[in-house]
Amino acid sequence: MITDLFSATVLIGILASGIRLATPYLYAAIGETFGQKSGVLNLGVEGQMLLGCFAAFYVALTTGNLWLGLLAAMVVGALMGLAMAYVTVNLQAQQGISGIGFYLFGLGMSELLFQRLMGTVETVKGFPKLSIPVLSGIPGVGEIFFNQNILVYGAYLLVPLAWFVLNKTTLGLKIRSVGENPDAADSLGVSVARVRYFTIILGGTLSGIAGASLSIALLNVFQQNMTSGLGFIAVALVYFGAWRPFGVLGGALLFSMVNSLQLWIQVLGIPVPSDIAVMMPYVLTILVLVATVSRVRAPSALTKPFEREN
Amino acid sequence: MTESRILPSGKTRIESLEMRGITKRFPGVLASDHVNFDVKTGEVHALLGENGAGKSTLMKILYGLYRPDEGEVLLDDKPVTISSPNDSINLGIGMIHQHFMLVPTLTVAENVALGLPSSRGVLTDLDHVSKRIVDLAKIYGLKIDPDAYVWQLSVGQQQRVEIIKALYRGASLLILDEPTAVLTPQEVDELFTIMNQMVRDGHALIFISHKLHEVVEISHRVTVLRDGRKIGTRPTSETTKQDLANWMVGREVGFIPDRGTQNMGEVRLSLDTIKCGSDRGTPGLRGVSFDVCSGEILGIAGVSGNGQRELAEAITGLRRVTSGKVYLEGQDITNLAPGDITDRMLSYIPEERMRDGMIKEFTIAENMVLREHHKQPYSRNGFLNLRGIAAHTDKLIQQFQVKTPSRDTHAKNLSGGNIQKVVLAREISRNPRVILAAQPTRGLDIGATEYVREQLIEQRNKGAAVMLVSEDLDEILALSDRIAVIYEGQVMDIVPREIATPQMLGLLMAGVHPEEGARVVK
Repeated sequence: MITDLFSATVLIGILASGIRLATPYLYAAIGETFGQKSGVLNLGVEGQMLLGCFAAFYVALTTGNLWLGLLAAMVVGALMGLAMAYVTVNLQAQQGISGIGFYLFGLGMSELLFQRLMGTVETVKGFPKLSIPVLSGIPGVGEIFFNQNILVYGAYLLVPLAWFVLNKTTLGLKIRSVGENPDAADSLGVSVARVRYFTIILGGTLSGIAGASLSIALLNVFQQNMTSGLGFIAVALVYFGAWRPFGVLGGALLFSMVNSLQLWIQVLGIPVPSDIAVMMPYVLTILVLVATVSRVRAPSALTKPFEREN
Repeated sequence: MTESRILPSGKTRIESLEMRGITKRFPGVLASDHVNFDVKTGEVHALLGENGAGKSTLMKILYGLYRPDEGEVLLDDKPVTISSPNDSINLGIGMIHQHFMLVPTLTVAENVALGLPSSRGVLTDLDHVSKRIVDLAKIYGLKIDPDAYVWQLSVGQQQRVEIIKALYRGASLLILDEPTAVLTPQEVDELFTIMNQMVRDGHALIFISHKLHEVVEISHRVTVLRDGRKIGTRPTSETTKQDLANWMVGREVGFIPDRGTQNMGEVRLSLDTIKCGSDRGTPGLRGVSFDVCSGEILGIAGVSGNGQRELAEAITGLRRVTSGKVYLEGQDITNLAPGDITDRMLSYIPEERMRDGMIKEFTIAENMVLREHHKQPYSRNGFLNLRGIAAHTDKLIQQFQVKTPSRDTHAKNLSGGNIQKVVLAREISRNPRVILAAQPTRGLDIGATEYVREQLIEQRNKGAAVMLVSEDLDEILALSDRIAVIYEGQVMDIVPREIATPQMLGLLMAGVHPEEGARVVK
């Protein structure tokens, strides 16, 4: 039965679902990368995702329009980001603690809305597969990469885009300097507050999309606490990826491939206790984080509120 | 001086800047009391004063970081309003901050480009910026690689980046806030060359310092401030270092403390070929041996980064000794815990007083008992005796002339000199057998420097064994009985002060043995 794993069909299946499963991690972790690059640690990603999940699902369910659902998730995520920005930039709250507060808010609020507005688990027809002409016909590769839904493609396009913005634009230069030495940026007329507002709201919006990708593109249901720690993994992936979009991509793929493998192990009925199988990606994350610790320094001003000297 | 009103950087020069009757009040302090100050094109005007004299306040007003309560600023005889750094930058005023305003993880070009509009819209135009940096660097004789990361640069090079940043933004008047405080002597020479060039080109420079020999060397005029008031302005050529020092401090200052007679006693601290690593993983010390005796000051001279830090840390137990032995009064203390070593009455005045000598967020009283807080009378059975601590602190504040509102003031609110007095008080008041002082006067003003030196001499006269690590040769020569020169983790030689000369020590510090060097020349 173990040998089943090595058949071509199964391998392609594992890789294809691995590519797909990385989607929510990519949106959330790239958003978090922007925040952390500018010096703000947002631990509320999970809460933003849960509300995004619900908003996307509920709007898609009631209007029948998936794009409106996606938009709703983005708006909800952006509003959560706005609140987070106000608390961390204006009120200068401790970022770790306020992030946990936002997580708990998102968790509770999404449950409350679910019970009030829906009550029972329902399903929607999510974003359909969008086969890329020609490319999707390549044996194996086509199935793995070019036969996914649009949110999956979007997640992978986001990676080079984020790299470009961070490294090749004046905005990216401002973001990086605000995260490393906000005093220097301030002395040159860069508004630290404005840059951080931008990155936190962007992060919230992307977390909203991450949530939507779960509820209207990958799983097509909404359940209470359906992200189950995914947002926290996304935060860990930013450290894992050393604050670089392509590093985050590597981490997300590693994690989702192992996740996909364990799902297939269960599907194929290979006798590994399911609890152990489910643990695998998480154990791996911890091991990899320990192994790569202190490889690269975090942005110097990460978690530090900015205040002018006088 | 050029006749043209245009600077080599392409900007119009500022003919004159005048500050009139500048007054700034902070709660309880008159930081600037009707001060007049002016600077003209083609001159270096030095602003001299002790810490807290009001130099920084005056310059922060000029740079738009503070608003004055009274007074006006005239640029080329026209009144101007400066309410933010952007205003001053637009008027052609630049400031080189004492703590560099650079982002270490970015390149030189990125640091320069930050906050400026780009010629390519939302995209950065680093190629363009780099080219302009190279042009400016050529004009002003500043060597700089625009693609280097700032963290890779030496402190002197980082300062050049700051100067380029100001010039790039069109500064014709530059405020240099204690620019030499962090530089090696060679870097100071390079900076002065650059400053002279800028002055010849028609820039106006304001040079803030409390180092007299530098003021005398570089400035054309000097203004002395004390306690927020202007004491006077003079052409530098008409003053002497002694005059300026007396002006600054408000009384006669003795540069070289009276050392008294020496009573050298038994060996207190002994190092036997100790080796240890450095933070960079390279060898820090490569077999260092010397003795420090009761009643002497052994000076450790050397250029920064030749093992001084490792030496102090190896002795105090903060760094692992990989081979060799350290003896304190005959007992082996090699690699003991730092607490066990200090309990044997070794006191340590660390180089980084704000980081290693203090807990900034603690009060003066708490800092005063950091070493001894677990002993009577400061605590009993694990409970702090706050009354005992308070009494002890008050006594030391008075004895060591610490200027502080109260013993409950947080250490971070004290000036550098007063922080060092607190460290000194804590370390010296326990009557140590051995004192290890690392750069004890670096960054201090004249008054505090004088005080610290006197205290070290007094301890030596009382019989303590003092090891003084300093990069300031004048200080080494003024205080030491014997001088050990350290170079690349090894002691080049130990010479008695009577026969030591700056030239001889300079050669040793460069790794050249004078006799050998002489032979090579022949």
